[in-house]
Amino acid sequence: MANAYARRSALQHFGLTAAAAKGDVAGADLLIGEAAHRTIVNIRGDGGDAFKAAVRSVTGAELPVTPNTTAAAGDFRILWLGPTEWWVVSANVDSAKLADDLRQAFNGQHAAVIDVSESRTVINVSGPSARDVLARGCSLDLHPRVFGPGQCAQTGLTKANILLDQVSDNPSYDIYILKSFADYLWQWFWLVGRDFKFAIRAH
Amino acid sequence: MLLISCPYCGPRDEHEFAYGHEAHIARPTLEQQQTMSDAEWADYLFMRKNPKGVHFERWVHSRGCRQWFNVARHTVTHEIVKVYKMGEPAPKLEQK
Repeated sequence: MANAYARRSALQHFGLTAAAAKGDVAGADLLIGEAAHRTIVNIRGDGGDAFKAAVRSVTGAELPVTPNTTAAAGDFRILWLGPTEWWVVSANVDSAKLADDLRQAFNGQHAAVIDVSESRTVINVSGPSARDVLARGCSLDLHPRVFGPGQCAQTGLTKANILLDQVSDNPSYDIYILKSFADYLWQWFWLVGRDFKFAIRAH
Repeated sequence: MLLISCPYCGPRDEHEFAYGHEAHIARPTLEQQQTMSDAEWADYLFMRKNPKGVHFERWVHSRGCRQWFNVARHTVTHEIVKVYKMGEPAPKLEQK
């Protein structure tokens, strides 16, 4: 893991903290912000009982085996990526420690643990207009009757590949994006956000 | 734009998928390989059905769950007749 003093967020050069201070957060119907430096650990395995038990022992959450669903407990959130692949994400648990804990819990199993925290950043989009903004670049139906909290999806947003995770029914979405695409995606939000009352929120 | 039902994720836009190749091409067993002629190898490696009608093919949900699966697609109408998981046999279909 990179040392804290050496870390730069992928969107740091936009000066988001200063921009957030100037924004009209209370009057906005669309809030965007970067939740940088999230811990993301990729786990692979058969999703069987032993695998589930190991994940439960570390995170306290039940492994979501239904496609495109999430589970949350305490500091952790587990996102379904594929039938044999999940992400364990956390806003405040150290990624090296989480990866070590998981690796120990999987001891003896046919499983893989990879710390991928540094590959992505998270752009959070929330507010009453969040769905309308995402609809401009995402082909998924995000209407509450088909997509709500507890669901995630890997899909495309404009030209970028994203993982979309609805974290609340405000609605609020966490968008996991490769760091190298974060600049592009942020500028896209900046562009389409001008059609809405949007403000930048500090995270 | 095709709407393809991933066996895991459900209906998604075509742009989330990538086409692989014709499905159900069995690799010759080790025993067969000992006695195969060059013509038979060439047939296995290069010759494809290219039908005008229902074609069994492999697709991957590359922007989604990254799983490979089989699609029976009509090459003229683009109608997707059936989507089924890897390892399942080709479905018997009525002639259209």
